[in-house]
Amino acid sequence: MSDLIRLSAAELGAKLASGEVSSVEATRAHLDRIAAVDGAVHAFLHVNEAALDAASDIDRRRAAGEELGPLAGVPIAIKDVLVTTGMPSTSGSRILEGWIPPYDATPVRKVREAGMVPLGKTNMDEFAMGSSTEHSAYGPTHNPWDLDRIPGGSGGGSAAAVAAFEAPIALGSDTGGSIRQPAHVTGTVGVKPTYGGVSRYGSIALASSLDQVGPVSRTVLDSALLHDVIAGHDPLDSTSISDPWPSMAEAVRRADVSGLRIGVVKELDTDGFQAGVRSRFHEALELLERNGAEIVEVSTPNFEYAVAAYYLIMPAEASSNLAKFDSVRFGLRVTPEGGGTVEQVMAATREAGFGPEVKRRVILGTYALSAGYYDAYYGSAQKVRTLVQRDFDAAFANVDVLATPTAPTTAFRLGEKLDDPLAMYLNDVATIPANLAGVPGISLPAGLAPEDGLPVGIQFLAPAREDARLYNVGGALEALLVDRWGGPLLNQAPDLSTHELKATEEGVV
Amino acid sequence: MARAALMDFDEALERFDPVIGLEVHVELNTTTKMFSSAPNPANSAFHGAEPNTLITPVCLGLPGSLPVVNGTAVRYSISLGLALGCEIAPSSRFARKNYFYPDLAKNYQISQYDEPIAFDGSVEVELENGRTFTVPIERAHMEEDAGKLTHVGGSTGRIQGAEYSLVDYNRAGVPLVEIVTRPIEGAGADAPALARAYVSTIRDIVLSLGISEARMERGNLRCDANVSLRPRGEQKYGTRTETKNVNSMRSIERAVRYEIQRQAAILAGGGTITQETRHWHEDTGTTSAGRPKSDADDYRYFPEPDLLPVEPTAELIDELRAALPEPPAARRRRLKGEWGFTDLEFQDVVNGGLLVEVAETVAAGASPAAARKWWTGELTRVANARETDAASLASPAQVAELAALVDEGVLTDRLARQVLEGVAAGEGSPREIVEARGLAVVSDDGALIAAIDDALASQPDVLAKIRDGKVQAAGAVIGAVMKAMQGKADAARVRELVLERAQG
Amino acid sequence: MSEISAEQVAHLANLARIALTDEEIQHLTTELGQIMQAVEKVSEVATPDVPPTSHPIPLRNVMRDDVVGDTVLTTEQALAGAPEHDDTRFVVSAILGEEQ
Ligand SMILES: [Mg+2]
Ligand SMILES: [Zn+2]
Repeated sequence: MSDLIRLSAAELGAKLASGEVSSVEATRAHLDRIAAVDGAVHAFLHVNEAALDAASDIDRRRAAGEELGPLAGVPIAIKDVLVTTGMPSTSGSRILEGWIPPYDATPVRKVREAGMVPLGKTNMDEFAMGSSTEHSAYGPTHNPWDLDRIPGGSGGGSAAAVAAFEAPIALGSDTGGSIRQPAHVTGTVGVKPTYGGVSRYGSIALASSLDQVGPVSRTVLDSALLHDVIAGHDPLDSTSISDPWPSMAEAVRRADVSGLRIGVVKELDTDGFQAGVRSRFHEALELLERNGAEIVEVSTPNFEYAVAAYYLIMPAEASSNLAKFDSVRFGLRVTPEGGGTVEQVMAATREAGFGPEVKRRVILGTYALSAGYYDAYYGSAQKVRTLVQRDFDAAFANVDVLATPTAPTTAFRLGEKLDDPLAMYLNDVATIPANLAGVPGISLPAGLAPEDGLPVGIQFLAPAREDARLYNVGGALEALLVDRWGGPLLNQAPDLSTHELKATEEGVV
Repeated sequence: MARAALMDFDEALERFDPVIGLEVHVELNTTTKMFSSAPNPANSAFHGAEPNTLITPVCLGLPGSLPVVNGTAVRYSISLGLALGCEIAPSSRFARKNYFYPDLAKNYQISQYDEPIAFDGSVEVELENGRTFTVPIERAHMEEDAGKLTHVGGSTGRIQGAEYSLVDYNRAGVPLVEIVTRPIEGAGADAPALARAYVSTIRDIVLSLGISEARMERGNLRCDANVSLRPRGEQKYGTRTETKNVNSMRSIERAVRYEIQRQAAILAGGGTITQETRHWHEDTGTTSAGRPKSDADDYRYFPEPDLLPVEPTAELIDELRAALPEPPAARRRRLKGEWGFTDLEFQDVVNGGLLVEVAETVAAGASPAAARKWWTGELTRVANARETDAASLASPAQVAELAALVDEGVLTDRLARQVLEGVAAGEGSPREIVEARGLAVVSDDGALIAAIDDALASQPDVLAKIRDGKVQAAGAVIGAVMKAMQGKADAARVRELVLERAQG
Repeated sequence: MSEISAEQVAHLANLARIALTDEEIQHLTTELGQIMQAVEKVSEVATPDVPPTSHPIPLRNVMRDDVVGDTVLTTEQALAGAPEHDDTRFVVSAILGEEQ
């Protein structure tokens, strides 16, 4: 395995800046890695043919003496939820197969302007509906730690690409945990910024009031550097916050938890969580405590209702957001046998173009909004949202950040929960409250669960607009843990090149 | 289509009490659309653009695109709300109205639902017969227009029988204010005229605010008319029908009248009215049944999560209130005095819905008398013949130009009428038409004298009479000369010259 | 309230313009009943005194200037992704229903 692909984005950026490595070399190394292992991982839906051109352009600009940012020339993988010129954008759905948008999402534009090199588009649950990436219309992504297991979802492709060293860094999106839960099961880092911190313009909407685009990486510093690139006010997104942001990278570099008050959410520290998940969580807290943090127990009684509220608000908004997929202006068109009216063509297209989970949620959301049910369902869910916010407000009156395990279990087996939507929905129990309240959250590796040797994440949550606190505590904990492990957690991941050979021999791929 | 049975209007009114409700959609003439920075085709600067040229990802509902509210559209809406005597909501919100239709790019319309920007107003409306009504306004809310469908194939160009349809999204996202009245009771036989006068008043208001081009024939102003009947003496409203998109002032009056007669015939025959939308047919002057109200009308409204509440400050509202133009009723009283019209002359202007046109024509330099004459005379005549509104045929600037040409002696009244026909046919400005059609009065005396001498020579008996002092005999010569000049001569000048040459 | 009938699901599918098969309707009827039973829990705490929250981060009066922007598309760009067009407009098959 080339050393270039094992570098963090920050390290690679430094080597690019010093001229030790060219962007073309770095990009080629990652394209080679994708060619070698993606048959087994299936993190990518599309590999960017123009990547090497973009890389050589950056090399040329650097050679010309242009002042470039810290991530210039660093390759990046982009979740297929973000629209991109020059690359198909499908949101994991058959209904958008082959669609090449006429514009770039704002985070994509910012990444390009920062000189980063898009490697391609990563796999995801269809329209970001799922926690396992098994709901992709283009087949599941496999967890690099165990190819028989899920990489989390909906952003399993971005997390797996980073964990499998196919990309140093990636963009994701998080509506109920789609960045943080994949980070948890793949031993990577993922951040959901404050709602409105990163523009949603060009992010194919699942649930408008919950969606947030954010970074996916192997180190906390890398997420911070990417966060600094993509954050900021965008006049094209009305919900974009106009406040200036402090440097997240600075927060990591100055990480220090002495005197930091960390609240442990009592309701998310229960028997409902796998033993190994809880033990790694508590070890991490002890480590922080030994280094000067104060650990306090807090109670958030209304979090109990968060999952229920989420599974009303998200499908309701999704049912409306997905109405635009109607075969008229873009995407798939299916005409019933013998022709049909436009109404019939729309219905046939949506029947053929949407997968079962999308249909389930669209019907659910249509129901929650329909006449006579609005108050009981959508209206009540919006009230729970108020209560969850009040829980956060009360908690943050006493502590600087909250800590929870990111998800109840380590990566489960592909197919294991596919027929049990309710069990699947419970994966997001710890991540959903942040989306309902708009507050930022990070998941970073806490170790491997002793019982199955699979990665476990720890989640921190901060008040809205206080994303920098997550990078402070995350950066500090990461340094302590890496020190204890003697290197990054991903050093303990299996060597995929042998996996890949084995898989090919057995005809699994 | 089977023609519906109608009851005589007077009889219908004897037996039933009509209640009407009017929904007027006003397209704002902002530079850009309601939620997208695409050019707005309801602004004359972008009128007539090629299909699908005035669009951004937002207008097409492309995946990932997001709406952003046009601040000017909000100001215009507040001004309109104030002019309608409405309260302005301290906090109003947008909502999604969900339904599938190919002209609706996102398959939901961003509108306002339970929190409109303006509510609880009233408008004073004056009828032809001098009666004055106060029309209660329930609400005025902001929303976006849909795209335009063209139905191809089949014989009618209508939706029925078409083989396929073409969609142009230029109009998608044009800012609209929808003004909804409360049920209007007590108009009786005046209900049709009141409907027309109300829309005419709304048109006056938006024109005086300068927030819409307000051309009905272009769809800048669209009216849906709700009509129901109840037996005389009854309190409870009857079942209503909603006649959609009636696109001229006179059609509004006719459509309401027709619905009253149609519903009366059904009710009198023991039938019941179906709650449905109905379509107005300009050609036959009838309405036909459309979509019945059903549970497919479940629009699943919910607060638009991509947009935030609009909370105008008291200062902004005060500023816009201070800038409001005179209310139409007060303005009428003032203009009537300034113009020196008789009651009859002024009524003529008002009833023709031409107050703004006349005022603007006067502002453009014409005398009030000339402005009134052209608008209520020739233009109204042509408009009636074409079943449209006079305002759609010419602009005030064009009429003022025409009046100036008459004053300058370039045109006679007769020539001016021909020029107006050209203007109405879209041939250009009056001066351009005079030029192109060669219509100017021949003011070259040499040409006139030659024609006069010819005429006198061919009518020696007339010449003799003139020389005898029988000056009225000159009429025959003048007629011959005017004919020879194809009317392009000033008759007074011809007369002068005839007398001069005859004495010669 | 979580009693959902197959007819209701068929009606919802019609509102959502998805031509579900009978089999899908049967399957979804069962699943929807279970899911609704689980999410109905929100009503336990959603009392009248609690105001709803529709935006997690409360902002207001976010508006843009009335100026033509730089995101205007060419007709070619607009039509590029369409299943069918005639070079100027999008083509759809015959329309049964009327506009709203
Ligand atoms: Mg209406
Ligand atoms: Zn409307």
